[in-house]
Amino acid sequence: MTHHDTRKNWRTRAADTAARKEAAAPLFAKGKEVLAKDTVALLEAVIRAGDVINIEGNNQKQADFLADCLNQVDKSKIHDLHMVQSAVPLKSHLDLFENGIAKKLDFAFGGPQAARVAEFIENGKIQLGAIHTYLELFGRYFLDLTPRVSLVCAYKADRKGNLYTGFNTEDTPVIVEATKFKDGIVIAQVNEIVDELPRVDIPGDWVDAVIESPRPFFIEPLFTRDPANITDNQILLAMMCLKGIYGEYGVTSMNHGIGFLTSAIELILPTYGAELGLKGKVCTHMIINPHPTMIPAIEEGWVEAIHCFGGELGMEDYVASRPDVFFIGPDGTLRSNRAFAQTAGHYAADMFIGGTLQIDKYGNSSTATAGRVAGFGGAPNMGCDPKGRRHPSGAWLKCGAELPSLDTLTGSVPRGKRLVVQGVETFGEGRKPVFVDELDAWKLAKNANLDIPPVMIYGDDLTHIVTEEGIAYLTRCKDMETRMAAIRAVAGFTEIGLSAKPEETKALREAGIVKTPSDLGIDPARATRDLLAAKNMRDLVTWSGGLYNPPARFRNW
Amino acid sequence: MALHTLEFELETTSGTASIPAPTHVGVTGSSDLEVILEPAPAGKVAVRIVTPVTGFDELWKRVVKKFTDETALAGARIEINDNNATPAVVLLRLKQALTQATAA
Repeated sequence: MTHHDTRKNWRTRAADTAARKEAAAPLFAKGKEVLAKDTVALLEAVIRAGDVINIEGNNQKQADFLADCLNQVDKSKIHDLHMVQSAVPLKSHLDLFENGIAKKLDFAFGGPQAARVAEFIENGKIQLGAIHTYLELFGRYFLDLTPRVSLVCAYKADRKGNLYTGFNTEDTPVIVEATKFKDGIVIAQVNEIVDELPRVDIPGDWVDAVIESPRPFFIEPLFTRDPANITDNQILLAMMCLKGIYGEYGVTSMNHGIGFLTSAIELILPTYGAELGLKGKVCTHMIINPHPTMIPAIEEGWVEAIHCFGGELGMEDYVASRPDVFFIGPDGTLRSNRAFAQTAGHYAADMFIGGTLQIDKYGNSSTATAGRVAGFGGAPNMGCDPKGRRHPSGAWLKCGAELPSLDTLTGSVPRGKRLVVQGVETFGEGRKPVFVDELDAWKLAKNANLDIPPVMIYGDDLTHIVTEEGIAYLTRCKDMETRMAAIRAVAGFTEIGLSAKPEETKALREAGIVKTPSDLGIDPARATRDLLAAKNMRDLVTWSGGLYNPPARFRNW
Repeated sequence: MALHTLEFELETTSGTASIPAPTHVGVTGSSDLEVILEPAPAGKVAVRIVTPVTGFDELWKRVVKKFTDETALAGARIEINDNNATPAVVLLRLKQALTQATAA
């Protein structure tokens, strides 16, 4: 048999990369170091029109200097870039589209630029690929969205290109691996170039150039919640969650979404949670960033393990001092990793609990509104039932066993279900009803020409809704009619809630599908800030033994 | 902040609970409210609300009605000074005020 190799060259990418690096060769100062002033020239040397480009940035650390420099390249040469990146929270990320340098966007989270993303899609400045979940986007880095050039960020580098990403390792490993092992080019901005690193998070031969940025990279303390802002109503919801869900199902592993409800839950673990006898029975294993509001529960010995997506400003010393709980490197500092934390949050944890802006009458929820393409970050990975899961646990089995419809698809074979909980007040800010007939996501889909409305958590994944009216155990509903009635029963004074029929609600309460605070044995009058283990930022510092060092904006004493 | 005053009365026919002594809970902080509950003869609950929010008069009536129905309140004067509280917070404060009044 004769082997006919019709392809002339199997190393075209490598050759192309070599040519680009050759063009950049005069710019290298010492080893892999390129001076900050030569950054724009470096980018012009290694990037070509139409390239797939990644700028590292999530809701935490940002390769902001490299993003600014990319905006300064000669756009007659570099244009129509296809940006593939976790998040676009910086002005410079959107300026690339305004300036005609980038054309297409595939991302997961918009954050503060959500309104501009929507505007640019509508006026054709952005061709939107898709709004992903993090794992979905990371997966595509290894499939059909592999970056040609990635612009990443780290605390420190040496001149061999080794990177120390430390506390905020976040997305760097997944980006660099996908890029480098497909003959791409990796450029890192670092706060400092040093001779010796505390530890190597990214090996030097995976990195092509390192640049000492003129300023430290931007980082946002996104997961810091001041306990002083927690309301009595959030405490009432937190009490219901602990008693009616955490305790009821014995949920040991979970992710807490960002928000004041989950902060309230964290802060009443040592008080109300202890009173319910839940210590050691719930919240023992968590996939969360280093939330400052977890400090009292950690100090009281509730938690065995926490793995983090990223770091949180001010928590460095505290985390480093609790290596039995957190994942700490041989150098003594945290290593976060978003891809692994999302994997654990998706497959390994028993529960996701978070909030949303809107829930429709069927139980689908979204934070998308007509004028904002925000994306959802990690919520959908964790706020869904991972169908590939095979390992059993008490909470997972109990939730699955409650599903009346399970036998219609799997017959007599038992199967568990992840708990997916949305905790909301029936009216949000500005008295906007959270329960709606139709999600604003539909209007957004129309305005931005999306094929599907951006739903954060689909109704079939949602198992529980908690409001000030009570808990709807959707997992116990036999059909859509019952599910919609259960949603109406906890929708309060919203139009959806007002359509609830009292006799129907009564039947649902008798069936244990809806439970009010009194059904749960909770006295709303006890829902006061007195239950919070820490009432303000200073209390958190005290709990931490002075190890927590809040950012200046949270130092209000 | 222009303030809007809303006054209404709810007829109570089946209620049995009453307010033994005047009571006060909450502060008019952002997204919060203060509630003053005062004794009044059975038969009606008189309500006076001062709020910066307009266009929600029906909602206020529904919230107070739910409170009087659930607690079987027979007679009271309710005074509310609101600063953009959600219905959930209003109901919670009303219940806290009643608990405090009857415990006193």
